[in-house]
Amino acid sequence: MKLRLSRRGHETLMGILFLTPWILGFLTFQLFPIVQSFYISFTNFSLVRAPRWIGFFNYAQLLKDTNFWLAIKNTLYMTIVGTPIQLLFAFVCALLLNQKLKGQSFFRTIYILPSIMPSIAAALLWLWIFNPQVGLVNTLLGYIGIDGPTWFLDPIWSKPSLIIMLCWMSGSITIIYLAGLQGVPVELYEAAEIEGANWLQKIIYITVPMVSPVTLFNLITGLIYSFQMFTEPYMVSASVGVSGSGVPELGSPQGSMLFYSIYLFQNMFAFNRIGKAAAMAWILFILILIVTLITLRTSRRWTHYEIR
Amino acid sequence: MVLKGLTDKATIRVSSPVLLRRFFRALLGYGAIGVIGLFFFIPWFWLVSSSLKTADRMFDLPPQWIPNPAQWSNYVTAVTTLPFFLYLKNSLVICSLVVIGRLISCSLVAYSFSQIRWPGRDQVFILVLATMMLPFQVTMIPLYVTFSRLNLIDTIVPLVLPAFFGNAFFIFLLRQFFLTIPHELTEAAMLDGATHFDIFTRIILPLSKPALATVALFSFLWTFTEYLGPLIYLIHEQNWTLTLGLRGYLGQHTAMWSSLLAASVLFTLPIIILFFFMQKTFIEGIATTGLR
Repeated sequence: MKLRLSRRGHETLMGILFLTPWILGFLTFQLFPIVQSFYISFTNFSLVRAPRWIGFFNYAQLLKDTNFWLAIKNTLYMTIVGTPIQLLFAFVCALLLNQKLKGQSFFRTIYILPSIMPSIAAALLWLWIFNPQVGLVNTLLGYIGIDGPTWFLDPIWSKPSLIIMLCWMSGSITIIYLAGLQGVPVELYEAAEIEGANWLQKIIYITVPMVSPVTLFNLITGLIYSFQMFTEPYMVSASVGVSGSGVPELGSPQGSMLFYSIYLFQNMFAFNRIGKAAAMAWILFILILIVTLITLRTSRRWTHYEIR
Repeated sequence: MVLKGLTDKATIRVSSPVLLRRFFRALLGYGAIGVIGLFFFIPWFWLVSSSLKTADRMFDLPPQWIPNPAQWSNYVTAVTTLPFFLYLKNSLVICSLVVIGRLISCSLVAYSFSQIRWPGRDQVFILVLATMMLPFQVTMIPLYVTFSRLNLIDTIVPLVLPAFFGNAFFIFLLRQFFLTIPHELTEAAMLDGATHFDIFTRIILPLSKPALATVALFSFLWTFTEYLGPLIYLIHEQNWTLTLGLRGYLGQHTAMWSSLLAASVLFTLPIIILFFFMQKTFIEGIATTGLR
């Protein structure tokens, strides 16, 4: 029997047919794992034992866990200090690259190239550059008579070193800013020039408000990224601290690089505390939601949208 | 004088203070862009320079900027002490499967969201966008448990399979592109009796090459440089990707900085070549969608 469908019914059927990959993927790789990890977070679970319901025990344990709070503190440092520095730096770079100068495409390539370097290779390179004895940075500082710190080996300097490295790799933020800058109408600057504004006034009163939606986008993606950052600090700190047994001591020096994702990873794969790791993942999800919502809420005060 | 000639030809009068100011502004512009440019450039120079040093020159003070003698054999050491080409092959196998999977699945789904009308379509699309907010840590744990129960740890399946079921970022990107394709084209084809599959393969896909190139490029880049996924799922050395290999090498040969950096150069080189060939796709991909 041939099934006759109305045109609308046929369209719906085709729509769902083309959507099938996403439906299957959403169910198996997202929805089901979400429910499952929520359940796991309330159990005492390791790969070898069957899960046993323990209620809020994992969450309560985390709140008492000093390493958990250290990981939160370190991560918030990167969110509150690191992300704005990266954004500001990328904005300045974009301003420079937006000037009408000859050879600009050459400079753009130079500025953007580090962002495509694999994080792992970049981390290696910067470990070498920040080498306390023979590293490039301390050698250059030595020429002007400054005795440089030990950078990644020093618990005070390790996070600033990481931020410097991340600034070097911030080319994609710069590209997004550059696209935003090119959308600012030239007439605004011309009008300001007639009024006698200098370059700094033009940046503060025209450029910054005009690209504020771009800043909001970069800020939110940057915040989310900083909460989940793993590879760069993992690489740097795993190579810095190798304990006597040869096992990488994550978060070294002295826990200064113990970020949220790293501690989660450690709970999951090193300590085999899967329930605790799942609880951490859910806390992370909620933290990201809260911070994103707060940012969006306060952004109404400082973002400017053209009314068209 | 060149300047005089210029003003004569254009018959405009530019007073000398204005010219002087422009000159200083350009000088200042070049100065600033150059200084920060050095910050971006010197690490590359230092990388290549250090990768060519002999082991005993490596720790010289003051350091040599241009290594003399240049020890090219560091590159040979890098690809022989570590099974570089095996890792490269493993990485490329995973990357190509991911790229193929993403291209097929994301374009099909994006077609459904852009060219077919069905009830609830836009609400479901918002759900797709919402999944971007979900941190990977939430799904990583149960997925790892499931894959280990299915005995798929230490295979490429956990790294490759999800790519065949779409990705919110790329679905979004392709949908936006498909929406720009004029409706008249697809409607005319419909009147001629074409099915949705015909329209998809003969009209939409051929017209969307730039967007598909963006999907392929970023899928490749992200997968080629990914570390956490392979770290979790690949155990034995013969299955490692380049990222894992490089990390393992650092663990074993901490002192062999020069060949380690040579390996980093070799690892980065394919990406740089790709960047120069696809610079436009790359920059537009970031600028229009905010992919990072």
